[in-house]
Amino acid sequence: MILLRILLLLLALAPALARAEDDPFAGLAGSYDDISNAVAALAVSGNAQAEPAIAALQAGRLFVAPDNSLWIKRDGGAVNARTGAPGEPPGALKPVRQNNAVRRATEAAMGSLTLFSADPAVRAKAAAAIFEQRDTAAIPALDRALAKETNPAIRTAMQQARAAALLSGNAASEADRLAAVEVLRARGDMAASNLLESLSGQPKAVAAAAATAEASIARMQQMWSLAQGVFYGLSLGSVLLLAAAGLAITFGVMGVINMAHGEMVMLGAYTTFVVQQAMQTYLPSLFGASLIVAIPLAFIVSGVVGIAIERLLIRFLYGRPLETLLATWGLSLTLQQAVRSIFGASNRDVSTPGWMSGADQFGGITITYNRLSIIVFAALVMAALMAVLRYTPLGLQMRAVTQNRRMAAAMGIRTPWIDALTFGLGSGVAGMAGVALSQIDNVSPNLGQGYIIDSFMVVVFGGVGNLWGTVVSALMLGIVNKFLEPLAGAVLAKILVLVLLILFIQRKPRGLFPLKGRAVEA
Amino acid sequence: MPSFRTWLRGAALGAAALAASALLPTHARADDTIKVGILHSLSGTMAISETTLKDVMLMLIDEQNKKGGLLGKKLEAVVVDPASNWPLFAEKARQLLTVDKVAAVFGCWTSVSRKSVLPVFEELNGILFYPVQYEGEESSRNVFYTGAAPNQQAIPAVDYLMSEEKVKRWVLAGTDYVYPRTTNKILEAYLKSKGVADEDIMINYTPFGHSDWQNIVAQIKKFGSSGKKTAVVSTINGDANVPFYKELGNQGIKATDIPVVAFSVGEEELAGLDTKPLLGHLAAWNYFESIDTPANKAFIDEWHGFTKKPTRTTNDPMEAHYIGFNMWVKAVEKAGTTDPNKVIDAMIGVAVPNLTGGIATMMPNHHITKPVYIGEVQGDGQFNVVWNTPGTVVAQEWSPYLEGSRDLIADWRKPMSCGNFNVKTGKCGGASK
Repeated sequence: MILLRILLLLLALAPALARAEDDPFAGLAGSYDDISNAVAALAVSGNAQAEPAIAALQAGRLFVAPDNSLWIKRDGGAVNARTGAPGEPPGALKPVRQNNAVRRATEAAMGSLTLFSADPAVRAKAAAAIFEQRDTAAIPALDRALAKETNPAIRTAMQQARAAALLSGNAASEADRLAAVEVLRARGDMAASNLLESLSGQPKAVAAAAATAEASIARMQQMWSLAQGVFYGLSLGSVLLLAAAGLAITFGVMGVINMAHGEMVMLGAYTTFVVQQAMQTYLPSLFGASLIVAIPLAFIVSGVVGIAIERLLIRFLYGRPLETLLATWGLSLTLQQAVRSIFGASNRDVSTPGWMSGADQFGGITITYNRLSIIVFAALVMAALMAVLRYTPLGLQMRAVTQNRRMAAAMGIRTPWIDALTFGLGSGVAGMAGVALSQIDNVSPNLGQGYIIDSFMVVVFGGVGNLWGTVVSALMLGIVNKFLEPLAGAVLAKILVLVLLILFIQRKPRGLFPLKGRAVEA
Repeated sequence: MPSFRTWLRGAALGAAALAASALLPTHARADDTIKVGILHSLSGTMAISETTLKDVMLMLIDEQNKKGGLLGKKLEAVVVDPASNWPLFAEKARQLLTVDKVAAVFGCWTSVSRKSVLPVFEELNGILFYPVQYEGEESSRNVFYTGAAPNQQAIPAVDYLMSEEKVKRWVLAGTDYVYPRTTNKILEAYLKSKGVADEDIMINYTPFGHSDWQNIVAQIKKFGSSGKKTAVVSTINGDANVPFYKELGNQGIKATDIPVVAFSVGEEELAGLDTKPLLGHLAAWNYFESIDTPANKAFIDEWHGFTKKPTRTTNDPMEAHYIGFNMWVKAVEKAGTTDPNKVIDAMIGVAVPNLTGGIATMMPNHHITKPVYIGEVQGDGQFNVVWNTPGTVVAQEWSPYLEGSRDLIADWRKPMSCGNFNVKTGKCGGASK
């Protein structure tokens, strides 16, 4: 009875199976599972149309017509996916749907299909895909590709992929396996170590070799992770530095407790948004340079707002720190709500130009381009700021006014103007920080709030009135924070840094690098 | 300067008279309108999410008035701004109930704001409709929860990852406050009950508005490269999501390697983001804008017409308000009055269509039945539904996976009328110590 049922079932299934064999494309019009299976079947079918069809699926250009025929959309027309012949699709096309399982299947399939591509970058990508998927079925293709490959970097990638696939299958000999372990040890990154760790059911000698290889990779990784931690710390430090640089002028040099400092940063970020919108409409070809354009504009916008604030509000409150604090706090709320009314409460999309997205692997550390750009930008901003203070007449007058106001006035310096310009400079620098922060944080009316406490922390820790102190303290706080974070968790790390800072200020109330001399007493 | 003083007095009197005359007609009008309170932050951190809900309530009230109002009266919206300030929520709620005398309040987003207004609603016997997915472990006579309980969002999402993506290792990442902590506690217990080992669960909390994710994403990457399929279950809330996803993209973590399923990221949150690097990351909700039903299409068209912005997205809590408002209208019509006690009794069992082609029913535990959808992020900021429950799911307000809440049930029908009835001890009043 049961046998009969199985037989019946097989009979019922037979046409479906036969159809799938005749036409590996059929599944592409079906459910997610059918699509994944069809992709895997196509990849090994040897069908000449397989590669373009799967590539089109990956790019979202594969469509299915109402009669289940498949079409690849190209510029100015459609091509039948089965035959490769151009034609007119019958009826409305719907895209072949994708979920993560389908995406994985296409990636694996493209791996073995594109090993022989003429483009070296595509071949490298194919080898990496096979390494990730550990696709045993790809070994013969890899062997053929290796025989032809001349580029040494891609050869290594292919050998690593072959080693990964070989170790994951169960056909290879012990000697081959040992060689494969050696290849992976030489690769020496997390992926290799994880692959070695996940191996099971290997012969004893291979298992032992894998264990030693893993240990040696782990030692290397530890060194690298230290370097990586320093990079993370530097990158957080550079963000803190950018946010605090303007405050180092307004609070550090002028002594104004400016709670609206964060809003100057926010205005800079919104300027970036406006610049991007404008460039997208009027100069789409130069969109990649939008951030460069935004930097001076953000400086001007925040600087002008800063000067206006100084002239209209702060100059009446010099020498009254409490009132300044309250007035600028109120101002910060006003600015936030004003931006919320103009631009809306939701986040604005500031896009990252191509040259700033992505990451590269340097040895064992991953360096993301946006963070690297921000570190460089912070260094440039600090250098420019110091140059202005040191080498320009404005800088000279600023220093003169802050060191001895009455003497400066007696020398003919218009001190009220210098106050306004100094405040404008500090605010403008904050605006430039906003351009950088728009790349890593939300452009929302609350953007500045998140940085105000950190900025004051940096300036106070570094020593009020000392720009170098600000640099050192920002980098130190960044690095300490990033090394504490994995140990204590993000929340506790922040608290610990704050506690350490309070203890430090108790011991040295003037910060790391206190100003010395008569200027301090003035 | 006597003349100036008399002038001043005259002016003050005049102003008072003007104010009085301006006030009088509103008092007269108050009798033939029914007031509906809207308690959503329009400024401060939560404005990003809550402003939309205020707008959708105004639209629903407007629409109801076009249909002739309720019980022959026009509805009148009373909008207050609690400014993302939790104690202010309680003050504004008190103002709505005692000064404005509203018939029902639609509001709150964060759990802490709900907890802050809860005693006010219980003391003054008001009605609150709460539209956001939350951690459960609560049932009040005066609150109707139209958002999802954990078993209507979190648990089905984990089930999906387990069965469809074959996930074996789990990162539970959340913002450090009550909703993620409770949800993660439930999820951890649930995963362990499914045989997941301790070392395959990583729990991570970050502060509100966390923006530097480099370390944590690197940690996730490391945790996820052990050869076992890994997924991130994210209860990260609000603004912190954007830098989190950006960092994932930058460090090259794709959804095909380590998928992230989020419970607080919807269409609204993706609107400020380039979604191409996020392709395939997941979200679990009870509604997606992309779900193709006639009711949803009509709702979206109306929303675009009302806001005059054809690109404005809709999202899950908006649907919750849509359902809650329609349920309240139906219950008031059934009770024939806006008297809170009668409306609260009439609410149970009210069923209205939701926007995804099903029916939402108010259950005796003051939660509603909901379908669960899992969607994958698309390049255009929308979600593509890849899985859904066959029917609707009844909320478990007290999670069966937590010690202490396991034996509790809520049933607001007479004679039980209890939000935390202990079935073991047979008493109303929570877990026995």
